[in-house]
Amino acid sequence: MHIPNGFIDGKTALTTGVLAVAALAWALQRVRATLPPQRTPLLGLAAAFIFAAQMLNFPVAGGTSGHLIGGALAAILLGPAAALVSMSAVIVLQCLLFNDGGVTALGANLFNMAVIAPVVAWLVYQPVQRLLGGSTRARLVAAALAAWCSTVVAALACAGQLAWSGTVKGALAFPAMGGIHALIGIGEALITALILRAVAAARPDLLAEAAPARPAGLVVLGLLAAVGLVVFVAPFACAWPDGLEKVAAQLGFEHKASATPWFTSPLADYQVAGLTSEKLGIILAGLFGILAVFVGAWAVARMMKVRSKM
Amino acid sequence: MNPDFIDRYARLDSPVHRLPAGRKLALTLGLVLLVALWPGAAWPLFAAVAALLVALAALSQIPPHFLLRRVAIAAPFALGMALLALFQPEGGRIFLTLLVKSALCLAAMLLLTASTPFTDLLAVLRRARVPSVFVTTLTLLYRYLFVLVDESGRMWRARTSRSFSTGRAFHWRALATVAGQLFIRSADRAERIYAAMSARGWEEK
Repeated sequence: MHIPNGFIDGKTALTTGVLAVAALAWALQRVRATLPPQRTPLLGLAAAFIFAAQMLNFPVAGGTSGHLIGGALAAILLGPAAALVSMSAVIVLQCLLFNDGGVTALGANLFNMAVIAPVVAWLVYQPVQRLLGGSTRARLVAAALAAWCSTVVAALACAGQLAWSGTVKGALAFPAMGGIHALIGIGEALITALILRAVAAARPDLLAEAAPARPAGLVVLGLLAAVGLVVFVAPFACAWPDGLEKVAAQLGFEHKASATPWFTSPLADYQVAGLTSEKLGIILAGLFGILAVFVGAWAVARMMKVRSKM
Repeated sequence: MNPDFIDRYARLDSPVHRLPAGRKLALTLGLVLLVALWPGAAWPLFAAVAALLVALAALSQIPPHFLLRRVAIAAPFALGMALLALFQPEGGRIFLTLLVKSALCLAAMLLLTASTPFTDLLAVLRRARVPSVFVTTLTLLYRYLFVLVDESGRMWRARTSRSFSTGRAFHWRALATVAGQLFIRSADRAERIYAAMSARGWEEK
């Protein structure tokens, strides 16, 4: 998901840069205020751990292999603010030292993998594990779901940035990135849950230790993530195969819509398009997908529990 | 993992190496920004940048095969995403532009990192008033990355030497156990590092 140089344009680079720096500044300030000094080196060591864990190759099929991305794992093990700092360090080092991901796309890569991924993971993980009762199994289910969601949402944000830059058309980028990462997300969910199970088995205190963010903190992070998603994803929601726009073209009133600038259009578009059954279908499909992953995660966690008893 | 892979030629003595790290970073960033954010294709500009990079690489005395190998390692990532652009009108032209742009930027960044010790870049970040918690995190990440990669390698070797591999599910669980243990060891190591840092008078600014 690392965007190389030359794939995003100036306005996207600037927007993502500002969002990423704002989020990182917030996280650093929060870490300084809440993290006890003896835990400061853990930020660097956790970053090194994520980096090293990304290098373990999990065999998939036919000689291919997948690896951990780590946003969700970091958020669950460290809490959102510390995860943001550690993941940012990983992305910056990958960019500066390993030339993985471009400098001009650093803001975008930080935003997708170091802000969106851990924040989405945390926003899913916390309520779900609490809803399920807070047991180790509940935590594993919530972690698997959080890992899948964070992977897919980060990929959609990435697709939005590519589309906004005019590199790849939205109608192409969203299904391609979303589809591939819906599959990659399953691997990420499994790996995240398996690693967390291993940590919980040996040192349950480390899993319970992650400091929960206070509501105020969550609001700031959630807001930043939401702003980015609205900017990058929402304008292109109408670029998906949409029955209404095809009909509009056939009836010849398409020019009315295209006369308005695209960045003010979402609201106007949604008032009409939001009511069509196809939009509802997409939303329902999304909800169904999340439900399916949730059930899958639950089943996997059950299997793990049985095995760990043996 | 051999840290030498990254830093092997970072301490040669050449005009490129002698340039202060801050100035080198600014120059490289300027070059990359120019190429990457230039709207569309500008072939004369790309050719000029390429010529400049080749000249600098020759001046730096870093063996060409070292640079080429690292380009070859990093390039496939750009290729994967560029393939996406191929499936649209005028995709071929966009695809080619993307590849050339990302390759030029990659070469520029490679030349910078291959000719500058990473600790010098960290010092530049510190001088540029990047918050010290973040620079400390980056420094520790750089220092312990290779240690942890080696440690996970040793754990995996110990694991595989004690049992036959019995299929993918086993493989996944064993790998996850190694990763989980690695986190536990990292957390414990962080505590020891804090004690050692404090004993030497470290204080977070």
